[in-house]
Amino acid sequence: MKESRNDVIFSVVNKLAIFLLTLVIIYPLFFIIIASISDPYQVSLGNVLFFPKGFTLEAYRNVFEEKDIWIGYRNSLVYLLAGTSYNLLLTIPAAYVLSKKNLPLRDAISWFFFITMYFGGGLVPTYILMRDLKLLNTPWVLIVGMGVSCYNLIVTRQFFSSSIPDELYEAGKIDGANDYVMFARIALPLSKPIIAIMALYYGIGHWNSYYNALIYVQKNEFFPLQLVLRNILILNQTANSAIEYSSAMEGEALLEAARRTYMANAMKYALIFISSAPMLIAYPFVQRFFVKGVMIGSVKG
Amino acid sequence: MNAMRTIRANHRRQYFQRMKSSWQQYTLILPAIAAVFLFHYIPIYGVQIAFKDFRNLIGIRGSEWIGLNHFQKFIEYPMFWSILKNTVVISLYSIATFPCSLIFALMINELKNGMFKNTVQMLTYAPHFVSTVVVASMVMLFLNRESGVINHVLSAFGAQRQDFMGVPEYFSSIYVWSGVWQELGWGTIIYLAALSSISPEMIESAKIDGASRLKIVRYINLPSIMPTVITLLILRTGSLLSVGFEKTYLLQNSLNISSSRVISTYVYEVGLLNTQYSYSSAIGLFNNVINIAFILIVNGISKRVTQVGLW
Repeated sequence: MKESRNDVIFSVVNKLAIFLLTLVIIYPLFFIIIASISDPYQVSLGNVLFFPKGFTLEAYRNVFEEKDIWIGYRNSLVYLLAGTSYNLLLTIPAAYVLSKKNLPLRDAISWFFFITMYFGGGLVPTYILMRDLKLLNTPWVLIVGMGVSCYNLIVTRQFFSSSIPDELYEAGKIDGANDYVMFARIALPLSKPIIAIMALYYGIGHWNSYYNALIYVQKNEFFPLQLVLRNILILNQTANSAIEYSSAMEGEALLEAARRTYMANAMKYALIFISSAPMLIAYPFVQRFFVKGVMIGSVKG
Repeated sequence: MNAMRTIRANHRRQYFQRMKSSWQQYTLILPAIAAVFLFHYIPIYGVQIAFKDFRNLIGIRGSEWIGLNHFQKFIEYPMFWSILKNTVVISLYSIATFPCSLIFALMINELKNGMFKNTVQMLTYAPHFVSTVVVASMVMLFLNRESGVINHVLSAFGAQRQDFMGVPEYFSSIYVWSGVWQELGWGTIIYLAALSSISPEMIESAKIDGASRLKIVRYINLPSIMPTVITLLILRTGSLLSVGFEKTYLLQNSLNISSSRVISTYVYEVGLLNTQYSYSSAIGLFNNVINIAFILIVNGISKRVTQVGLW
């Protein structure tokens, strides 16, 4: 069927609007990259908008020298690996069990988890608990504290009940398999996609979160990367930017102070890039898993 | 009567029998239950300090009951209305941007499958994965009065440079639109999934009847995904009083505090910075209860009017 004139116009306008919108969305991330490899002075003058100017990697060299960043990087990696494994060990078996339709007490147990989405103790009661458990200022609070996310549990349960047919379990039962065997030999081998999705969901949660660390951890040596980033990017706590302008400064000293301020900003751009790089590099490859997770979750079950 | 009772007793016996034979399954879910019990339900037990004069040395159980004093204190606090207003303003403002993702999804859905569509989706999903700390610092860098790229553009067009972060009136816009930037693309996934389940025959027959593409979007696509839209809207409206702590706290400074102090940041200020544990818990509980009431009301209305509800 031939498209009418109006439909052609509609199609062109739609495409153009999407194109522009996409440019607007991606521009801030693009700017971070070009600003981080440009001459800091040119950036602060506003001469860097679409292309890098005065290419230099000095900002990166300075960032690499900050020890806190590397400690944060290492800590975050540990929290990510340990925390995600712990989350998966809890979530996957629980979701498998909740996907069994004729399990007695299934609804009650579901509600037990469901309620936590809407009601919780809040900041202070949780803080008191962590304190009483002697978890404050330990790495454990950042690994164990997150436990099970109810949303992730629901998504995983949805996966199990929609993609593994009951007949498989029936067959397993006839062959004399108990529930452990059925979980390990039937459900797990078929659930690689959901394990990947959950690992990514929990993993990104660990990597990006600063809240728990802000509240429960005061010791620098245990700071995750995001908290280190906050101190540098938001609170400006670096040796480099500590020097502020003052009216008493003249000539050389003023120039030097200005140069340092520019460099502090350039370091921020570099730091943003370095901290987001692992994700942005992995992202094109794992994107479809994330999308699949949302799709599974969107089916009401 | 007797027969009924026997049947019921039989049922109960069978039920217990089934529970017994499922013990292995229960052991698989036990770790998750234990973790949630420890880290979610014990703090819920601790919420009682909202009604007590909590003393560290005496502990939760021993502290004295003082009723609703802390709640009263919060409501009579001179800043109460300002905090509540800030919370509701930011929240309503972000609910107002709810249709953005929906419209964007309807637009993307009109694209033919291929390179362009895939690229658009990949690029617009990316900001979702950027951490809150990075988003907040990007906002601060871009809006900086002297060196920010937005002020450079403004002054290139002859406009005045502005210290956006220092003006209370701008705070809600900065908060909401940086959120839209982050979630616009990601929010389309769920709608695109719903749109993909519309039967192609329906659209074909509308085309044969001479419907324009705009009409198809308006009268077929949009109504078909309405249940999804409503479910998401209920969820969104239900959190009217919960403006997230993380980004607000990062963007907050002494100049914009008059419009950036919301309930969640105040709970933190009072509870952890000033260690008024009971008072802070009371504010948190107040917030939580209103949120639950809200989601129940919205869900109830929605069920009546549109037959769509969360449960």
